[in-house]
Order: sequence, then structure tokens, then C-alpha cells
Amino acid sequence: MNQPLKQHLIDPEICIRCYTCEMTCPEEAIEHDDMNVVVDASKCNFCMDCIPVCPTGSIDEWRVVAEPYSVDEQFEWMELPPQEDLPEADTGLEALDDAMAALLAEAHKGAGGKAKAPASASKPTINLYTIGKPAEAKVQGNYRLTDQDSDSDVRHIILDLGALPFPVLEGQSVGIIPPGTDAEGKPHLPRLYSVSSPRDGERPNFNNLSLTVKREEHGVCSNYVCDLKAGDTVQLTGPFGATFLLPSDHETHLLMICTGTGSAPFRAFTMRRQRENPKLKDTLTLVFGARRPEELPYFGPLGKVPDEFMAKHFAFSRMEGETKHYVQDKLRDEAEKVSKLLQDPKGHIYICGLKAMEQGVEEALKDVARGIGLNWAEIRDKMREDGRYHVETY
Amino acid sequence: MLDLINVSYDTQIPNNVGLSQDKKVLKALEKWHPGYINWWNDLIPRNFQESMVYLRTAVSVDPKGWAKFDYVKMPEYRWGVLLAPQVEDRRIPCGEHYGEPAWQEVPGEYRNMLKRLIVIQGDTEPGSVEQQRFLGLTAPSLYDMRNLFQVNVEEGRHLWAMVYLLQKYFGRDGREEANDMLVRSSGSDEAPRMLGAFNEETPDWLSFFMFTYFTDRDGKMQLESLAQSGFDPLSRTCRFMLTEEAHHMFVGETGVGRTIQATCEAMNKAGITDPYDIDKIRDLGVIDLPTIQKKLNLHYTLSLDLFGNEVSTNAANAFNAGVKGRFMEMRIKDDHKLSDDTYVVRTVKDGAILAEEVPALTAINMRLRDDYVKDAAGGVGRWNKIIEKHGIEFAMALPHEGFHRKIGVFASVSVDPQGNIIPKEEWNAKVKDWLPTKADGDFIQSLMKPCFEPGKFASWISPPKVGIDNKPGDFEYVQLHMA
Repeated sequence: MNQPLKQHLIDPEICIRCYTCEMTCPEEAIEHDDMNVVVDASKCNFCMDCIPVCPTGSIDEWRVVAEPYSVDEQFEWMELPPQEDLPEADTGLEALDDAMAALLAEAHKGAGGKAKAPASASKPTINLYTIGKPAEAKVQGNYRLTDQDSDSDVRHIILDLGALPFPVLEGQSVGIIPPGTDAEGKPHLPRLYSVSSPRDGERPNFNNLSLTVKREEHGVCSNYVCDLKAGDTVQLTGPFGATFLLPSDHETHLLMICTGTGSAPFRAFTMRRQRENPKLKDTLTLVFGARRPEELPYFGPLGKVPDEFMAKHFAFSRMEGETKHYVQDKLRDEAEKVSKLLQDPKGHIYICGLKAMEQGVEEALKDVARGIGLNWAEIRDKMREDGRYHVETY
Repeated sequence: MLDLINVSYDTQIPNNVGLSQDKKVLKALEKWHPGYINWWNDLIPRNFQESMVYLRTAVSVDPKGWAKFDYVKMPEYRWGVLLAPQVEDRRIPCGEHYGEPAWQEVPGEYRNMLKRLIVIQGDTEPGSVEQQRFLGLTAPSLYDMRNLFQVNVEEGRHLWAMVYLLQKYFGRDGREEANDMLVRSSGSDEAPRMLGAFNEETPDWLSFFMFTYFTDRDGKMQLESLAQSGFDPLSRTCRFMLTEEAHHMFVGETGVGRTIQATCEAMNKAGITDPYDIDKIRDLGVIDLPTIQKKLNLHYTLSLDLFGNEVSTNAANAFNAGVKGRFMEMRIKDDHKLSDDTYVVRTVKDGAILAEEVPALTAINMRLRDDYVKDAAGGVGRWNKIIEKHGIEFAMALPHEGFHRKIGVFASVSVDPQGNIIPKEEWNAKVKDWLPTKADGDFIQSLMKPCFEPGKFASWISPPKVGIDNKPGDFEYVQLHMA
């Protein structure tokens, strides 16, 4: 069987046949007949030049296909065919770039099945920039988030995109290409980092974004990023990710569970909600684990978020003279709240952090479910299929 | 180094033409600017000028980053001068100079011809804004209001684009023409806009949608042809304008489509199957399909008149000179000179409509109009799909090209929508079934009640399928300032 392909398509119901995409396409991959404007899969190289010029939004459609739809097939369409279920392939379309898609598929594995975006999430843009055509960003700032004495060096990096469009949603990631070559003399592949700022920028309406990066010993990219200085330039790919996203519906309740730099997407979620609707009450719950407060990224700023806007439960595992606490312990402590959320059709669970946290968290959720006489695996699958259960671990 | 991709904001006028190094033109434009701002400020009702509108501003001519969406007060919109990037070694694509390098300066022999084309194109831009000035007051939703204002500010920018060419390349008489653009005014007795369709009223939103669908589509065809000009600055200007013009087509096609959708849904809900049960349908607070057809007939035929005479020596001269090409000239496979070719045009002879072959060179207008008819038919097909989906037996149709014409060979005869020549008296007796009557207009007017709550729509129009800039359904596209 052939490897499944990603195919760029145009929604014929929404397209108005203005041919602006056709004129813009540098590959001449777009053509039309009297009815439809279509993309020739054999010519399209995903350069994305056609995406921003479309006046209707019909252009940004993608399908994973075993066999690409031919131009003639597309001419006949009255509407776009639904994504076919390809058992072997990941049809979530988190990235067009295969290497990045594989990384995200691996990160989302912990959810126990095909990831789905929340029903009310905004439509993400993916893969606007690629290894061949990366975006260039300028470093605006690089701040250490962890205590100077700590051996954990976590950084808040702000990147300015200047005049480049870089539409990113909370929960999406970007790729950073470290300069230089690997042991085989090949250029490095990009590494993925979750964006920690909301869609309108680290500073509202400035075209910038922030990342939360931990320095890893011998980490090629993390050391490169953590050593960046203001004014340096960075090559970015992405944005990537189409499922680990924030619901736009303000009535949804989010339980966000994280450790370390896993807090990045939740910072973005929280800032987005706060900017959009600062008066919301009791819709966000954060369960955040670290060794000590000094090593918990954004500990200071988090203290300033009012408790009624977001309930915060910190779990510290290395506090002198205290018992070790992990995020799963906090979940058990809050069993009543968590069980309510499991039964609420507007309840969403997000887990983000190191792979190692997955098991403990699942165990705790299983216990909570059992406590109210429910089967965790069933609830989890149902929630995931509704776009309400999301795992991103690495 | 001049930055030709990103817009320069170092002068008052955003541009990618190096205005700051072109003191003479910059001065001329800065002198013109206050008059323009006055024109704009006097035009659109005050409370809308103060409102924050979620608009797209062209900030670059790079396809990836060409526009930015944000809230802006309309008078503070960054109108600018943006030309598509220069194509290396571009050649004149048609006419007797075919294959010669494109002109970067105005060729003396074609100066008047070029100026006239630019002035006519430029005159339509403010004209349409004038026609639409009061529509904000009756917007069926904030979404539609935003789309109206987007169309308006971009027509404003297109005026800038044409005025730049006049100021830069046509010296003193260019400046005078630029000033006159702000003197003429749609529907004025003393100084009307140059083309008829731009002096007609746009009294209601259905007219606006029909106008953007049919009349702006003529604009698109004209821009396409001018984008083929051998005069490179005109070509580059028009190429970039087309990117914006696409949104105007979108507003028209989806606006009419959404109106039809609301009518069909209401009919289904009320169990009405006969589209001609007009009173009952109107009682539902929607516009009956036959009235929508009448509006279509009106706007389509007014737009056909914009193409001028079927056989025209002016058009032949412009093509032959290489100052204006055909629709998608670059993709046409012929000698691009048309020296011996013929083209079939319809004409009226001895009381009958017949086709005759004429030299292709003289039928340039006709050819563009034929391309237009084909292009316009596409959307009508989509609208009929909506009606079909609701199981209603009715189909919108473009009337015959001879129907209700004031310009060209059909102006002298009375033609019904099916294309039969009929006696004038019969035409007069039946016109109430073909074109909107005063009563139709009054009815539509009665539906034009503002609906300014985010996410809500007036009864006669359904919500769009996709928001602008992928925004959710209840997005506040206009933050109204209602002082």
C-alpha cells in the first residue's frame, strides 16, 4: 500500500471563483473550469502563498488520502468530501511536514486514540513556514524563570516576527532550527516548542510570541535557544498542531495538568481567556507540579491571577521538611471537583509535561472515576472523541 | 536599498514605491490628502467614523503577509500606494508593440489614451463609496457592516492608487484630474460620476450585494485588462488591486446567496412551496425569489452597459497600442495582435438579433463582456444550488444580453429577458414583472432594519458559513460608537 499523502483542497461550497489563488500560485498548481477552482496535487508543494490571499477562507482545506483526488474529480465536486477514515494513517493533520507530524503524533499518544480538537476551537493555520522556507524571527528577550541557585534552567524567550504573518493559536507549537549540522554533516531538523503566549501576541497586537524552554544537558537546540540574546535571529517553522487547542466557548471548564515547561500552553490558554473575558469565574483549574516553588516557571505571575478566575493547585516534590506531593495527589485531593468535570459535557482535560507524568495522572483519574462508579477508559474515550481530552507529553 | 515589499510608514502615506525619495510626487499627494480626508469625513455618518471596525489593511504586496486584520477607525485607515512587484524584463503583451519591453514611463503617443483610462477607472472607485454611504445605518448584522466598510475603505485605496499614477506620470493635468475626482459626485446634477451605473442609487442591502456581485465584477474585468497593460506601473497597480477586489466579489456572491438561503429556509419552515406566493412569503420577513430575480435583472443589465459599445474603435486602439489587454491576455494562445482574426458579435438587423463576424480587433469590448457573462453565470449556478437543496422549484437566470440596455446595439430595441424583440408598448406593460417596481423597493426598504447585536442577523439574511479571518460567529466585527 502507498504511504498516505496530505492533499491541499479548496472547499467548492465556499469558494467564489475569484482566481486570486490561481494568479498567486508560483507553481501554477491551481486551475479552474466553469464550476470549480482546484489544486493539482502533483504540482502543489505546500508553499502556502495562496492561503492569505483567499478572500473566503475556502482555500485552507486539507485531507489525508491514500490516493490523491484528481483534478477532474475535484471539478465535479459540489462539496468537499469528508476526511476518509484511514486506519493506518494519522488523519488529524497536525502538520504537513512528516517529521513534525510524527513528533506530534508521538506527543499525543497518551490520550489513547486519535486526538480531536475541541468543538469550538478556532481553525488553526499549520505549516505556513517550512524547513525550506522558514520564517525569521528576532529575539526580543530571554529571561530565566527559575531561581539562579537552581540547577534547572528554564527560560522565557520572546520572539518578534516583525512584518511576517505568523498566525498561531494557544496550544500550537513552532519548530526551531538550530544552526549547524549533525554528526553526519546534515543540517539539524527543527525541534518543537509549545507557544506560551496567546494568539494576539505576548504583548497584545505586537506580532510576537513567547516560548518556555528548559536547558537540557547536551541538548543541541535547547542550549542554542537558552543562550540566545536579544537581537539574535532564529529560523522558525510551523505553526504546528491542530488538536491541542483552546475551546472558544467561554462556558467550557478547563482542567489543566502540567509539570515544568508543560505549563507553556496553559499560560497561553489563561492569558487568552483573561484578555478576552477577565470577568469569567470558575472556568479554569490548574494543577501544576515542580520540585520547589523556585523551579516552577511563572510562579510569580501565576500568583497574580485571581483565584476566582483560575483555581491553582501546586504540587511540590522536594520541599524541605514536607512530604512529597505530585500532581496526581492534588487530583485525588480535588476528587469532588474532578469528578464533576468528568460528567460535565463542557468539561475539558489537558495534560502537558514529561511522559513520566502520564501514568500517575491516569491512575488518579481512574480512581476519581471509580469513586463515582464510572469506567475511566470509557469516559476518556468519549471525552477524547468529543475533543475534550488532550495529552501532549514528551 | 528601497524596500519594495514592505510598506514604508516613514511618510504620511504608506507605500512601496519609494515615495520618500520622490519629493515632487510626495508633495503632490500630501497636498491632495486633506481633500481626500474631507471627502471621506463628509461622506459616512459620524458615529461610524468613530466606531472601531475590524478591517484588513494591506501592509505589503508579498502574498504571505499582504494584509493585517485589526480594529481601526475608518478615518485612520492606512490608505496607501501599493504596486505588485516589478516583473523582471516584462514585455508588452499585446498589439503592435507586442514583445517590446514594457514602458516604465508614459509613451508620448498614448499619453491621452492612458490618462483617460486611468481617470475612468479612478472615477468609479469613490463613486461606489458615495452610493453606499448610508447603508451602515441599516446593516443586517455587524458582520455585514464590517464587510461594507471593508469594501468602502478599499475602494478608497483604489482611488489613491489611480491618483498616484496621475500625479506621478501625468504632470499638471494629472494633478487636475486627481482633484476633479473629489469634485465629481455620484448622482450629482452638476458634476456626476463618469459612468451611468455609478450614478444609480444603492438604496438597500440587496442592491449593495447585487452591485458588488455584478458591477464590481465589471471592475474586476476592467482591472484584469488593465493589469495586462504595456504601461508597467498601471499593470502593477491593477494586479495588486485585484487581490483586494476578490473580497468585494465575495461580499456580493455570499450576500445574495445568504439572502436566498434565508428565503428558502423561511419558506420551508412555513410550508410554502410556491415561490410566487409572494404576499405570504413577504409576511415571513424575507424577500421572495421573484423579486430577487428582478434585482438581478436590473444590476446585471446596468453592468453590461459598462462595457461600452460592442464594436468600438477606442477599444481597438487601446489594444493595438498595448495599453489595455484582454481578460487573462497572458493565457490566451494566439498572436496577441489580432491583425486578421474575427470575433462573433450579436447585432440587430431588420428587427432581428443575429450573430455576425467582425474584425476581432474592434470586438475587444464584446469579448470582455462575453468573458464577464461567463464569470457572472458561475455565482448564479451556486445560488440555484441553494434553492434546489430546499426543494423549491425556481431558478435564477441571467436575462438575455439585449434586455434593458441603454448602450450598444440593443439600446434601440425592446428585448424581453428571453431575448425576443417585442414592441415597446408590450415591454412597458410587462416591465413590472422584470424589473423591481417602486412597491418592490418599498417592501425591501421595510425590511432594512438595523441588527447591531454581535452574532445576530436580520430576518431576511442568514449567517455566513465562515467568519472573516476565521472569527467565531458572535465576533464583534464593529465596536459601535453610538454617541
